[in-house]
Amino acid sequence: MAKIHVTTTINGSETEFLCEPNQTLLDVLRDTLGLTGSKEGCGSGDCGACSVTVNGRLVCSCLVLAPEAEGQKIETIEGMADGEKLHPLQKKFVELAALQCGICTPGFLVASKALLERNPNPTETEVRYWLAGNLCRCTGYDKIINAVMEVAADMRGASNA
Amino acid sequence: MSEIQYRVAKNVKDAVALMAKSKGKGYVLAGGTDLLVQMKSGAREPGLIVDVKKIPEMVSITEKNGAFTIGAATPAAVLGEHKKFRKTWPGVLEAINLIGSTQVQGRASAGGNLCNASPAADSVPALVAAGCIANIVGPKGKRSVPVEKFNSGPGKTTLKPGEILVSLTLPKRGKDASDAYLRLIPRTEMDIAVVGVGVSLSMKGDTVKDARVGLGAVAPTVLLVDKAAKALIGSKLDDAALEAAAAACSEACKPIDDKRGTIKYRTKIAGVLLKRAALIARDRINGIEHRGHR
Repeated sequence: MAKIHVTTTINGSETEFLCEPNQTLLDVLRDTLGLTGSKEGCGSGDCGACSVTVNGRLVCSCLVLAPEAEGQKIETIEGMADGEKLHPLQKKFVELAALQCGICTPGFLVASKALLERNPNPTETEVRYWLAGNLCRCTGYDKIINAVMEVAADMRGASNA
Repeated sequence: MSEIQYRVAKNVKDAVALMAKSKGKGYVLAGGTDLLVQMKSGAREPGLIVDVKKIPEMVSITEKNGAFTIGAATPAAVLGEHKKFRKTWPGVLEAINLIGSTQVQGRASAGGNLCNASPAADSVPALVAAGCIANIVGPKGKRSVPVEKFNSGPGKTTLKPGEILVSLTLPKRGKDASDAYLRLIPRTEMDIAVVGVGVSLSMKGDTVKDARVGLGAVAPTVLLVDKAAKALIGSKLDDAALEAAAAACSEACKPIDDKRGTIKYRTKIAGVLLKRAALIARDRINGIEHRGHR
């Protein structure tokens, strides 16, 4: 079977890869490109551990076919920190211990970033509903929600200063 | 692994030609939130995947003389950001925005929800209540069918070989009209409807001028319940009218008995949700906001 040649932009860098017609974007990110930050939890769009953005839109990369990435702009967890400098959400997750085993964490971070870009002043209810597609089986959700709420407040403070 | 191909259709004609040539092995890829899961589980084995998301009319929202047309592959999240659509069809939108998580909303579409043909599809009862028309194109040209006639059973559409669903058209909305969708699930979020009810109303003063009722998850396909609508039309949504419409909904139910709900429970809930949804639609006409499920 002929592989498909795909040219796409991942975390700002033009990237090329070869894939099977029915391979998922998640599989290519992890197995072909070595970007293993996105995790496979369920593989059926239920757990959110594979969350990435495609043209700014939050999606599960396990429910995107790799050939669909042609010409798109993809952002993964690997693009979140600026070199060694962590994103405020990453720092706050560490500070508030909003993670335990860490499998769900990349998905939560990518999803939370997408939320705050759209809504810098979310209510707790809005945060909980936005993140309802990200499952965590270790910490429970309170610490994660608190971290997102605090970062939102910090970022608003910084932009008002 | 069997041979499988992926093609991006440039336009509707191209998509139809690809589907017609596939001899029943072709599947349209819209958001993929059902198709990819079904491929992984082995429930569907496409020989050809036709990606329709590069076809402008299949991923856009247009308004002509007050009638909205939604491209069949338009992501739910994109529709949710359309302010005028939200104002005009709050019930249709709340139903579409209930499908899955934020991530799923970024990909899933009302057209895909209809073509997946689940009797419990959330968007469909609201679309049926809205009087939505499905615009289909196939090798023999275009045709249109009311949404309530689009599916023939669980997982089965009435699309003929080579035909694809291109868009959904909602009729022009008059003044003093609104709609609502309610579903019952045992959780607060992300579950499959035990019962779903869509109600669309137009009022003249405090009297119902016109009504349509769509009922989901209680029969092999989503039902248009004329008898319930008739019980509402001409009434002031008084208790007697609501009870009569609720009874008509319960009477229309032919549900399955499963872990989500017994036949008796679903039949009763269909009536309860009808009453609540009708009152929400009226509130919306009167300018009272309802946040629906959130």
